Amino acid sequence: MQITLKNFTKSFDGNVVIDRMNLEIRDGEMLALLGPSGCGKSTTLLAISGIHRVNGGQILFGDRDVSNLPSQKRNVGVVFQNYALYPHMNAYENIAFPLQVRGQSKTEIEKAVGQIAALTHIEPYMSRRPGQLSGGQQQRVALARALVRRPDVLLLDEPLANLDAKLRLEMRSEIRRIQQETGITAILVTHDQVEAMSMSDRIAIMDQGEIMQISTPDDMYRNPVNRFIAGFMGNPPIVMVDGRVEGTAFETTSGFRLPLPGRLGGLKHGRPISIGIRPEHFGSTGAHTVAGTISFVEPQGRESHFDVRVGEGVVLRSIQPSRRDVAVGQPVEWPIDIESTLVFDEQGKTL
Amino acid sequence: MTRNFSIWPVVLILLLISAPIVIMYSYLALGTVTTTEPGDLLPSKLALDNWRFLFDTSTAAGNIWIATLNTFVFAASIMVIVLTVSATGGYAMSRLNLPFRRFVLSGIMVMHAFPSVTLIIGVFLVLQFTGLYDTMIGVILVKASLMLPFGIWIMKGFYDAVPWEIEMAGVQDGASRFTVWRRLILPQVRAGLVALGLFAFLDGWGEYVLPRILAPTNDFRVLSIVLELVGNPDRTNYDFDLFKTVGVFYTLPVLVIFVFFQHRLMDIFGGGTKG
Ligand SMILES: Nc1ncnc2c1ncn2[C@@H]1O[C@H](COP(=O)(O)OP(=O)(O)OP(=O)(O)O)[C@@H](O)[C@H]1O
Ligand SMILES: [Mg+2]
Repeated sequence: MQITLKNFTKSFDGNVVIDRMNLEIRDGEMLALLGPSGCGKSTTLLAISGIHRVNGGQILFGDRDVSNLPSQKRNVGVVFQNYALYPHMNAYENIAFPLQVRGQSKTEIEKAVGQIAALTHIEPYMSRRPGQLSGGQQQRVALARALVRRPDVLLLDEPLANLDAKLRLEMRSEIRRIQQETGITAILVTHDQVEAMSMSDRIAIMDQGEIMQISTPDDMYRNPVNRFIAGFMGNPPIVMVDGRVEGTAFETTSGFRLPLPGRLGGLKHGRPISIGIRPEHFGSTGAHTVAGTISFVEPQGRESHFDVRVGEGVVLRSIQPSRRDVAVGQPVEWPIDIESTLVFDEQGKTL
Repeated sequence: MTRNFSIWPVVLILLLISAPIVIMYSYLALGTVTTTEPGDLLPSKLALDNWRFLFDTSTAAGNIWIATLNTFVFAASIMVIVLTVSATGGYAMSRLNLPFRRFVLSGIMVMHAFPSVTLIIGVFLVLQFTGLYDTMIGVILVKASLMLPFGIWIMKGFYDAVPWEIEMAGVQDGASRFTVWRRLILPQVRAGLVALGLFAFLDGWGEYVLPRILAPTNDFRVLSIVLELVGNPDRTNYDFDLFKTVGVFYTLPVLVIFVFFQHRLMDIFGGGTKG
């Protein structure tokens, strides 16, 4: 089911949180809504689910305008951040509840719950109450409850936020598997860019109630439209250096110079710009080299992160396969892949 | 539970402080089943004839079982009314976007703070006007409504502690607001309902002033009124031992309830403290 938001506006007590947002989620795709805390992700989700009433604009499921339909009639499955399982019911009763209120027969319910339990791998725990389940198991029960009545849309509000690191990895692929097996249209809210990149078909980045860019994870990483998004995608994050145009090069006030990428010819001399260098573009390949001293080494097992001081107040980060031949304080001269760097204008727009 | 201090000194101090009350009550209870020679400290022999009133309707206590049943009906009706209204009203106060919600809430607070006796003249007029004066239904309604501010406030506290997400999930699952309340929310506040119910029952069981003032001549006699009749020293057949024994009889159910439900009663303080 395709979902379309047209000029969707939401305010709380006259306080506009989302102003005329337009968004389209394609049939069967998993879209990640990514953004910092308080930018309106949950608000958008709750509006789609029908819990928040919209203050303006339309929400369409397919061609059907559902803006004024109550939640009960929208057929949307939601997994809440804290799962919101019913504490006094066991897992089976939790999953069966949506079918019961629809008045389905006992045998129908048993069959449907059995199927969904098999899909989410929770058969062994069906008679346990939420309090007797681990976080990951609760998560699966919540997912099963959202899916059991075959909703048109599945909404996930930070479904992995309460899990530990290992379980998070496991549930990430698990949720994706279930979404792909059922072919359901899904929206995933998260503020973890790794989660967004690994689980979704497309990512929509939000900031202060606005969608800044929608794109595939790869494209968003390579071609962010502005500095905010470039900073949001990638871990360890991109390093930004502020300076200005000096002929065909970039120079900081302290005198650190880099040539500009070839695609950016004819920038006005003296124009303030900033340059963004991702850690993987410094230290491995490239025609231009910069010299500096290593100021920090963070070994990560398979790879190492290095901070290199290359000038007055300028520290670049590099990520390389683990190496032992360099240590803090040592002078190095490493290449930079100039063509892969990102350049932003004064307002933060990508040039 | 592990403690990092010794419990015995605390128990000892509490024992010492409560000793006078404990001794007095023990003597009271003991005195109903024994006789003590004047001047002696300890009872000398077992005597059950103080409890004769249980079977013998000719004592000053009259038919005690009818009065007990009356008291039970009285207390139970109050409990039912308080529970029903508090369970629904507390939910509305906690969750629904009512007009004048703030005003009503502070009104409830003020009502709660008012001593109920100050309202008695107004209540009297209303009962007269509606024809409920000197009827037990009238007394029950008055007693229950005086308890409601407390009940609604307590239940609101319990409802406030139930996460909104449960409600959202229920609505999303296709249930109506009413089904959500009955099947998903109500079970979460059960502890509060049990505590409030016990509280209302005990309060009704012990009520004396309202039946006395608002239904002075009514036949529907509750135990507190019986106790007053028996304990009136101006009566010709005044019997202090009977007075004592009826008093103990009257307290027994309360004791039993306390013994079995004391933990449940304490729940009120857990939920009610949240504004
Ligand atoms: N019921 C409400 N009443 C008033 N303001 C609200 C309400 N719900 C959300 N807001 C405000 O709307 C803004 C967006 O909130 P929202 O919950 O959508 O953020 P979010 O992107 O989900 O953040 P997080 O990642 O922290 O969950 C916030 O500034 C918040 O304070
Ligand atoms: Mg949120």
